[in-house]
Amino acid sequence: MANDLLTILSRPEALSSTITHYCPGCTHGIIHRLVAEVIDELGVRERTVGVAPVGCSVLAYNYFNFDFMESPHGRAPALATGFKRLRPDMIVFTYQGDGDLASIGMGEIIHAANRGEKFTVIFVNNAIYGMTGGQMAPTTMPHQKTTTSPMGRNVETAGYPIRVAELISSLATPAYIARAAVHTPMHAIGAKQKIKKAFSYQVQGTCFSLVEILSTCPTNWGIAPEASTRWLEENMMPYYPLGTLKTPEGKEK
Amino acid sequence: MAKKLMKGNEAIAEAAVCAGATNYFAYPITPQSEVAEYLARRLPEVGGVFVQAESEVAVGNMLFGAACTGQRVFTTSSSPGVSLMQEAISYMAGAHLPAVIVNIMRGGPGLGGILPAQSDYFQAVKGGGHGDYRLIVLAPSSVQEAVDLMMLAFHLADKYRTPVMLIGDGMIGQMMESVEIPDKAQERPLPPKDWALTGAKGRNPYIIKSLFLDPVALEKNSILLAEKYKVIKANEVRWELYNVNDTNQLLICSYGTMARICQTAIDELSEEGLSVGLFRPISLFPFPEKVIFDEASKPNIKALLTIEMSMGQMVEDIERAVVGVKPVGFFGRTGGIVPSPDEVKDAVKRQLASDGRKKKG
Ligand SMILES: Cc1ncc(C[n+]2csc(CCOP(=O)(O)OP(=O)(O)O)c2C)c(N)n1
Ligand code: SF4
Repeated sequence: MANDLLTILSRPEALSSTITHYCPGCTHGIIHRLVAEVIDELGVRERTVGVAPVGCSVLAYNYFNFDFMESPHGRAPALATGFKRLRPDMIVFTYQGDGDLASIGMGEIIHAANRGEKFTVIFVNNAIYGMTGGQMAPTTMPHQKTTTSPMGRNVETAGYPIRVAELISSLATPAYIARAAVHTPMHAIGAKQKIKKAFSYQVQGTCFSLVEILSTCPTNWGIAPEASTRWLEENMMPYYPLGTLKTPEGKEK
Repeated sequence: MAKKLMKGNEAIAEAAVCAGATNYFAYPITPQSEVAEYLARRLPEVGGVFVQAESEVAVGNMLFGAACTGQRVFTTSSSPGVSLMQEAISYMAGAHLPAVIVNIMRGGPGLGGILPAQSDYFQAVKGGGHGDYRLIVLAPSSVQEAVDLMMLAFHLADKYRTPVMLIGDGMIGQMMESVEIPDKAQERPLPPKDWALTGAKGRNPYIIKSLFLDPVALEKNSILLAEKYKVIKANEVRWELYNVNDTNQLLICSYGTMARICQTAIDELSEEGLSVGLFRPISLFPFPEKVIFDEASKPNIKALLTIEMSMGQMVEDIERAVVGVKPVGFFGRTGGIVPSPDEVKDAVKRQLASDGRKKKG
């Protein structure tokens, strides 16, 4: 009878069997899975090295089935630069939250992108600091309440949310820059295509690649998982439009 | 290789290449920018990697990432730059990674100046970054010794899987001396780098990290580090004695290029009939505590005098090592002012006199 059963979905080899610590409704786990699927599909698991961030995904190395380094807060692009320059044959990616990449690590990401370092960045934008308990991030929406913006983000004093994908796209250095979301199956499929594209450019040794992925943080947004999905659509998506912002060929695809 | 006249900074760069460290990350700062300038030309010749980073924060972390490959990596900087690298140095120490960091010190604190000083002793020897860790710290007093200690630094970094710091002052970086650099460093046996990230082909994944959320695991890592430092203390103490004999009335304690100036003063003092010896630690960690204690304990020694280009930092380790067996004086200048042999001689005479007063009182 077993022969009649067809496996249509199984755990990617690049994903370990460790159960993640993420909160219910958090999309970090979905993003992990998409990255793992892409690494399997490209057949590069045995030569991939990930760089874990500081943030809720600090333990990412426990959830993937390949080598990992763990970076200081925001410095993942510097670690990735050091490693990839010495081992250009390996596939290197950083996995970073928005506090990690757009705040403390802004210098490292801009300069790695501008040098055209040939690694891939998975940038998870949940508009808040998750791990430290919901403080304001550079990506927090105007008027969004957080523990350090209890009256809502005041753009007079905190500025407007930083659009990282657009910012990096403005650099003259060729790169692949895209933004995606994973809060619905349809969006997740789109995100996977972009992640695959980003890694493919690296496999070909073409350019720096970054995919910004809009993510949910029900715990620190203080709303239920399903409502979080709606909140992301209504608040984040108009400000952070999805799409491919830049390709090394210089045209939008 | 024949003897060659070389600037300290360039000799340090060439010594690293000789040791097989053809991977270099840096950000410009006086008085050591010549290392980067030299290597920007030299490394392409040997198929190496040179990345000029956007900051020393990035340099430290590029070094961190590069060290994970298991290849020999290093950087050079000066005081304010090294402060910015402390984050990565703490992480590398915690993750048991080898790397060599050269600090060609200038005066501080803050932006300070650009002239030579020795005021980063505390930072190098007592920690610098956060957490329970130590660095192996080596202090050359000549360009030739800088070359030799660079090669030793890479060896020790690999042997103990730890960051090693070479500290010199701006003088050593800037002065030209005749040096001999071999074509290839003589390598002694080293443990295999079976911890390096090479891709998880045919094995379980490796993780290089310094995060241990379980307090028992974190304490275990700290104990592992402490045990490593114990082995280093037992095996890697280095020092030099100059003009040390039974007639010495006083022992000068000094390191780096300052110690050479003290040698000149000692020679001149002996012409005046005063017998003074010099104790020069080469490894600042591990500190040659027992040697200095034994020397200080000799009955002919009346007092010790620590001379530094700082307001007094190593003097605390000297006091700690001699545990009150003899009085310890201090003379130092800083800000980029290098004490002259005459100033050293005066300080020696003052110390001997004050010691006499103490005894009378
Ligand atoms: C140097 C330093 N500063 C601050 C912290 C504390 N810290 C840990 S995680 C974090 C925020 C992470 O937020 P984000 O990158 O948005 O990731 P998320 O947790 O939301 O996934 C901060 C500030 C730290 N670990 N190191
Ligand atoms: S705190 Fe937020 S980002 Fe962190 S795991 Fe929970 S939901 Fe995800």
